[in-house]
Amino acid sequence: MYEHLETAENRGNLRRVAVDPVSRVEGHGKVTLLLDADNKVQQARLHIVEFRGFERFIQGRPYWELPVLVQRLCGICPVSHHLAAAKAIDQLVGIDPENLPVSADKLRRLLHFGQVLQSHALHFFHLSSPDLLFGFESDISKRSIVAVLSEYPEIGVQGVKLRKYGQEVIRMVSGKRIHGTGAIAGGMNKSLTKAERDYLLEDIDQMVTWAEGSVALIKKVHCSNLPYYDEFATIRTNYMGLTKPDGALELYHGGIRAKNANGETIIDHIDYCKYNDYIHEEVRSWTYMKFPYLLSLGQEQGWYRVGPLARVNNCDYIDTPLAEASRVEFKAHSGEAMVHSTLAFHWARLIEVLHCAESIKQLLHDPDIMGHDLVAQGEKRYEGIGVIEAPRGTLFHHYQVDENDIVTKANLIVSTTSNNMAMNESVRQVAAEYLSGRELTEPLLNNLEVAIRAYDPCLSCATHAVGKMPLQLELVDAEGKLIDKLVKHSDGQIERENA
Amino acid sequence: MPKPVLLFGYGNLSRGDDALGPMLLEYVESHGGLDAIEILSDFQLQIEHALDLENRRLVLFVDASVACANAFDFTMLEPIRDKSYTTHAMSPAAVLDVYQSVKKQTPPPCFLLSIKAEKFELGDGLSANAETNLTKACSFAESLLSNPDLDFWLGQAKLHGNNH
Repeated sequence: MYEHLETAENRGNLRRVAVDPVSRVEGHGKVTLLLDADNKVQQARLHIVEFRGFERFIQGRPYWELPVLVQRLCGICPVSHHLAAAKAIDQLVGIDPENLPVSADKLRRLLHFGQVLQSHALHFFHLSSPDLLFGFESDISKRSIVAVLSEYPEIGVQGVKLRKYGQEVIRMVSGKRIHGTGAIAGGMNKSLTKAERDYLLEDIDQMVTWAEGSVALIKKVHCSNLPYYDEFATIRTNYMGLTKPDGALELYHGGIRAKNANGETIIDHIDYCKYNDYIHEEVRSWTYMKFPYLLSLGQEQGWYRVGPLARVNNCDYIDTPLAEASRVEFKAHSGEAMVHSTLAFHWARLIEVLHCAESIKQLLHDPDIMGHDLVAQGEKRYEGIGVIEAPRGTLFHHYQVDENDIVTKANLIVSTTSNNMAMNESVRQVAAEYLSGRELTEPLLNNLEVAIRAYDPCLSCATHAVGKMPLQLELVDAEGKLIDKLVKHSDGQIERENA
Repeated sequence: MPKPVLLFGYGNLSRGDDALGPMLLEYVESHGGLDAIEILSDFQLQIEHALDLENRRLVLFVDASVACANAFDFTMLEPIRDKSYTTHAMSPAAVLDVYQSVKKQTPPPCFLLSIKAEKFELGDGLSANAETNLTKACSFAESLLSNPDLDFWLGQAKLHGNNH
């Protein structure tokens, strides 16, 4: 591990390099490296400008507004927040998951599969495939989906259409592409009409085929340079996520399972409403982002990874046949109980795309999604907790309300926060193994971004006003004087500004 | 068959002035006359939005912009292969370029109405300046949408481009 690079000694003699912000992640991130006179990395940190103010944004609102309101926390995974909030407010109206009407439960699952499908498709085809197909240190002009569309047109178009299909599932189930009100306290506000179901059925076989092809593609890419893919940014960690009661992969509702790096169970089938008994969050002085850890292992040993790699590692099987066959191959390739390669996040992500496509197909053939018993009501409660496996990992929403149904307390643990320590470790690994002692160049720095992007972090901002996303690299000497500056403007132009 | 005119506003209603695009859409929706106009809203532009341009006669993107020279700017878009592909939020010109790559044809005439914005904090409403800018932009959009004619829009782009 590379913890020794979290905080350097003799910081005054080091020069500082900042990659600010990291591109192709949601929101703003910044990597700072402190280098000594020989360009050896002495400190590496990933800073994230993130979710401060989310809880305050929610407090004071009536609970029934939450499923719509929380979608605005994030422009990239609004449906995940929508469903986590809905699960929490189900409890506020006295409905536990097992008492949700069958049709409502299946419609929510359909909505969630659509969300995970489109989010994963965006990440792989649009944000990561350029690195994977052209190389991490390839010319920057090649590192975009447009280059993929030019040189691998079929793959590029499939990515666009898979993403579009997932969005159409969301639109059909929730009524709108965004700001939909599909899930409400205790259920859903509409079911699918036959026409809507038939519309989605038209293309689902094609989506399953393309998803299957995407798994074959990432397997080929990964295995074509196995030692490199298995070692780049790789760290041996614990893994956490939800599973079904029988241990199958679960994205919508299940118990918490955590395994260690050897595949041994740490906790299993934990009711997520008791998450506070098992997971705590640590604060560090140099970042706003917290560091969650498993209480039983403590701060030093208890941090873990979430998301596709954790889920596919943790589950005993996947309950759709094509994805299960892919999982078996995936697990077998490493020869270990757990796959630790950080770049294997991509492979696991595409196995989940295939699982989502297969699951959508199953649900579209299930008449319950056109049922009309959609809402249940029980006795009012004052606390609700909703947990879901969002595309990037486990997402916790926890609310308390008063007698007037106003939210008095909110706590969110988002998946990117759970991966905070792991992303920092991967950054330190890349910095130590690939950058240390070498002259810094843009392709070399892209290696850092590749490591971060594998986690698909959602640094959340959803603000995107034109001209707000420059990439800046500064070299500062030991006296703090700027000696070199590389700027990537939002229009993609690269400019070197010598001080 | 999709409606001939697409009005596509993007931004986050809960992020201060970032709401300008969706709020202009709300104004247009509340004033009716949408027989030939399809209204679409999203948090940000992404690659699949290229497919929303298919079979349109005119497309108007509406967004908040800190780079705006005036209360609003109105420009015709050309496909551009910029690096906004590498983020979760693409530029409209990049969406046009994706359209060309995917459809192998020139995109329909597309224009961008940028409304000057200042503040983007979560939970904030519009800033006072943005409200004024929105009022002006709404009147302008109304005149465009009541004259869905390419020559008229091109003329307006000459008058209201970011060089005027």
